[in-house]
Order: sequence, then structure tokens, then C-alpha cells
Amino acid sequence: MLIKDGIPTKEDLAAVLPSEERLAKGPVAITECFQNIACNPCVAACPQHAISMEPDINATPKVDPDKCIGCRLCVKACPGLAIFVVDMSRPEDKALVTIPFEFLPVPQKGQLVCGLNRAGEEQGWFKVTQAVSGGKKNMTWMLTLEVPKELAMEVRNIKVGGYRDGE
Amino acid sequence: MIRDVEVLVIGGGPAGLCAAQAAAGAGAHVLILERDDVPGGQLVKQTHKFFGSERQYAGDRGIFIGQMLVEEMTNHPNVEIMTDTTVLGIYEDGVVTALKDEQHLKFRPKKIIVATGAAEKFLTFPNNDLPGIYGAGAVQTLMNVGGVKPADKVIMVGAGNIGLIVSYQMLQAGVDVVCVVEAAPNIGGFLVHASKLRRAGVPICTGWTVKEAYGDGKLEGVVLCRLDEKWQPIEGTEIKVACDTLCLAVGLTPLAELCWQAGCHMEFIRELSGHVPVTDENLMTSVEGIYAAGDVSGIEEASSAMVEGRLAGYAVAVSLGYDVERAQKEVEAARAELVELRSGPMGGKIRAGLAKVAEKRGGASC
Ligand SMILES: Cc1cc2nc3c(=O)[nH]c(=O)nc-3n(C[C@H](O)[C@H](O)[C@H](O)COP(=O)(O)OP(=O)(O)OC[C@H]3O[C@@H](n4cnc5c(N)ncnc54)[C@H](O)[C@@H]3O)c2cc1C
Ligand code: SF4
Ligand code: SF4
Repeated sequence: MLIKDGIPTKEDLAAVLPSEERLAKGPVAITECFQNIACNPCVAACPQHAISMEPDINATPKVDPDKCIGCRLCVKACPGLAIFVVDMSRPEDKALVTIPFEFLPVPQKGQLVCGLNRAGEEQGWFKVTQAVSGGKKNMTWMLTLEVPKELAMEVRNIKVGGYRDGE
Repeated sequence: MIRDVEVLVIGGGPAGLCAAQAAAGAGAHVLILERDDVPGGQLVKQTHKFFGSERQYAGDRGIFIGQMLVEEMTNHPNVEIMTDTTVLGIYEDGVVTALKDEQHLKFRPKKIIVATGAAEKFLTFPNNDLPGIYGAGAVQTLMNVGGVKPADKVIMVGAGNIGLIVSYQMLQAGVDVVCVVEAAPNIGGFLVHASKLRRAGVPICTGWTVKEAYGDGKLEGVVLCRLDEKWQPIEGTEIKVACDTLCLAVGLTPLAELCWQAGCHMEFIRELSGHVPVTDENLMTSVEGIYAAGDVSGIEEASSAMVEGRLAGYAVAVSLGYDVERAQKEVEAARAELVELRSGPMGGKIRAGLAKVAEKRGGASC
């Protein structure tokens, strides 16, 4: 249970996952932020005004999947590293998952990394399709990983180091 | 020689810097005394992004918030910062004494804002004096200020925000964090911090504690055990875990000695984590002209410490007659901001603590 071990449950996640139809349309943000804390940089960061908090800053964020265009600006803004962008729209069996990353070394585009789930368990090796810096002051990287669609809702981190050069 | 000072701020952390920013912004002359060699307080080691809203610089890293405030105060014509200067006492005649370079200094301020922050609590268990057992704050300073890898293999005690954040920062420094042990049945810190540790593979063990430490001349490991609902060790659950460092993040307590000494009305308020000065809605203590802001008046957060500092700074400006109309508006805005920051479930403890403070004073809480 989240409050005992830090791992969100299926029920926790069910409340924030966009519908399958929406997921199939293109990249969309998922806020894995389940506690009422005084925090709102995600709301301020979204240029589409897709994230809202009602009635106030202590509410959990809600993403309007119809407004979200998957631009990832909220991913780097979130101090809790709790926002991920998932893109299930590609025709093949691969999905793209963007995660925030704050470790060194940062893997490069094209490298293979070992993906981890929410419990830190290894999920396999996946290609980094994009590694974007959040900038000098923000310092959070956004890594986009190509993962099998069935793992798109599992992979949420990578193992630091030991990256392999891809084909 | 006694130096006359208009506003004396004791402590250059987020509360003290924001108090100076407010008072000087309204026109007062401010002297900040800071015992450390650099101002910034806890912010100098907070490499993580902060929570809160834009007004409290949320999303920015603590260290950059500190740098920004320090730079602004260093360049402000009305503000002077003296570092390496430890305030020793506030006396009845209003004289403040301090130590700098083995020299005794004396000041006679018109107003004092005490913003001395907090001290770390420790934990008692057999062999807790073995080298290798540190407070989380010390480890964070070694790592993020000194640039030193503080350990190879560490166990963290305490799953409050400090324990969770320092564990994560140790991972960033390449330390093997074996686990986070928490005696309470639930994680006390923000769950987003817990989740990011957990998905990096660090188990968070709630309902566990440290029974004892062992090692020959230095720490070699600890014995952990499970606790029942009444916080009693469950026999037979002991496990030995090897580690070279044990890090304690079991809470902070207000550093309020100066307020005691100044004769402020003090009360023990559990929710505020210790003895705190009883303050009014302007954050003035029971002693006329002495204010308290930040962790010294109750352990909370940098976001609220900054707003409290601002509130006290503007209240002082009003009492000195500087830019009264605008300063008074800022006082009220700061009060509203604090109410908002504390309005959620995580603010429940603080609200309860402040209500007790108000009761002791016999008035409304701010
Ligand atoms: C690991 C960790 C993580 C944290 N993360 C967050 C976070 O994400 N968000 C958040 O909002 N808050 C966070 N906090 C809390 C925050 O840092 C504190 O609440 C805040 O720093 C309190 O500000 P302050 O100005 O009251 O005290 P401090 O920052 O402690 O500053 C007090 C200053 O007073 C000086 N001082 C003390 N005694 C004397 C004396 N006698 N003479 C002269 N100077 C003196 C000290 O040297 C110090 O510089 C964190 C704290 C820790 C330890
Ligand atoms: S991904 Fe972009 S559009 Fe979607 S919620 Fe985040 S910031 Fe807004
Ligand atoms: S910025 Fe992140 S931690 Fe803060 S409310 Fe938004 S999702 Fe939660």
C-alpha cells in the first residue's frame, strides 16, 4: 500500500489513468500524485491549462486528457517526479514512456537501459528514443523509452549506469 | 562599544532572509547575523525541487532559492550580513551579544527577529555513539555542500520528508541505500518522495526500528526489529543488517534558547515539535519588539518559513513607521498565504499546534 511502502496500488492508478481510446490517440500526461499536499507547479507549467486542482492547492492534480497534448513540460516541473507521459498511438506493439530522471550518468539517445517498475524491479532492456535536459536551473532530464505496450503502465524508472549501446 | 541597529535578524536561513527582504524593502535598515560561514540556512544543501506555489518559488531547487535570496540581500543597500557570527544572548536591557572571530560584539537593536531554525533530534539505542552514526543533516551537508560521498552502504532511520529526501540524495551521490526504517505504521513524508525512492529499488520498512548497533571501533551493522501496534519490539523479529553508516532523520526541534533567555513566554507544543515562543498574529513574542519566524517557532517547511519571515519583516516595518500602508497590506497577504499553505491534511498538525499557541496567548491564531 502506498502509505506503507511507497508503491501505488492498482486502485490508486485506476483513478488517474486516461481511457484506452484517449491513450490510443497520442501522448498524454499521467500524474501519479495521490496525496493532498500544498503543491501546484504542474498546474502552473501546463501551457494548455490541462491540469487543474479543485478546490485549492492542497487538492491532487487532475489532467484533462482532451486538453493535454503530451508536451512534457509538467514532467520536468514536478518536484515530486510524479508525472509521466505515455504514448500508445504507434501502430507497432511499442509504446513510448517519458520519465523524469535526476541521476548521472544520463543515458544517450539510442542506448539501451534497464527499465524498472514502481517497486524498483527490473522489467527488461529498452531503447532511449529521446533524452532532453530540463535546463541549467531545472536540471531534471526527460527520458523517453520505447517499451512493449503491455509494459507501458509498468516501466517508471531506469537502473543508473551500465547502459548498452543499441544496434 | 555597543552598535545601534534598527532591525536585527538572528539567523540567515529562509525565514531570516525573507524577514530582511521585507523590512528593508519597506525602508528599514537591517543587520543579519549568521553563525555559519555562508548565509542560506538549510537551503544551502537542498538540491531538490521545492513544493508549494509560485509565490514560494515552487519547482525551483532549494539551493537556487537560497542563492537568489542571499544575492538580493547582499546587494541591498539597506542590508548588511555578518557571517561566522554566533548570537550568544539577548539581555533584559535589549542588548544582544555575539561572537565573531573570538571577539565579543554588542548590539542595541530597536527590533529583533529571531530566525534561528532548528536542531536535529537523536535516538537512544545501545552503541549509538559508534563512529558511522550521523544525523541526516550532517550527511546532507557533507554530500551537498562538501561534495564528499558520505558512505558506501547506509541505512536511513525515519521516513519523514528529511529521511526520504536525504536517502534519495545519497542515491544520487552513488551510495548504496539498503533501506529506510520507520517506526510508525505509515510513511510520514510526502508519498511522491517515497515512491521515487521505492522505484529506485529502496525498500521502505514501516513498523520497524533500530534495536542496536554493533561494530568494533566503528559501525559494522545494526539489528533491526519489528514493532507492534503499541510500538513495542516483537520478539523473534530481529535481523542483522550490515552497513557502514546509519543515518538518523527522526525529527527536528526548535532552536529557541535565545527566546528563553530573552524571557519570552515559552510553551511546549508537541505538534510544533518542542518548546516554542508564544507569538501573536504579527509573530511578535511576549517581549515587546522581539519577533520569531520560521522553524524556531514550530517545525514546518521552508515555504512557510519564508512567508513567516516576510510577515514578521513587514510587521516590524509597520511598527517602525516605514511604508505603513503597503507594509500592512503585505502583512495581511502573508497571513492569507500561510492559511492556504496550512489548509490541507498535511497542515493539520501545524494548525493544531498554532491553535494551542493562540489558546496560551488568549487570542486568535494567525
Ligand atoms: C533534508 C531537508 C529537506 C527539506 N526539504 C524541504 C522542502 O522540500 N520544502 C520545504 O519547504 N522545506 C524543506 N525543508 C525544511 C526547511 O529547510 C526548513 O523548514 C527551513 O529551512 C526553515 O527555515 P528557517 O529560516 O526557520 O531555519 P534554517 O534554515 O535552519 O536557518 C536558521 C539559520 O540560523 C542560524 N543560526 C542558528 N542559531 C544562530 C545563532 N545563535 N546565531 C546566529 N545564527 C544562528 C543557522 O546557522 C541557520 O543558518 C527541508 C529540511 C531538510 C533538513
Ligand atoms: S504534457 Fe504538456 S499539455 Fe499535457 S498536462 Fe503536461 S504540460 Fe500540459
Ligand atoms: S507538481 Fe507534482 S507533486 Fe506537485 S501537485 Fe503536481 S503532480 Fe503532485
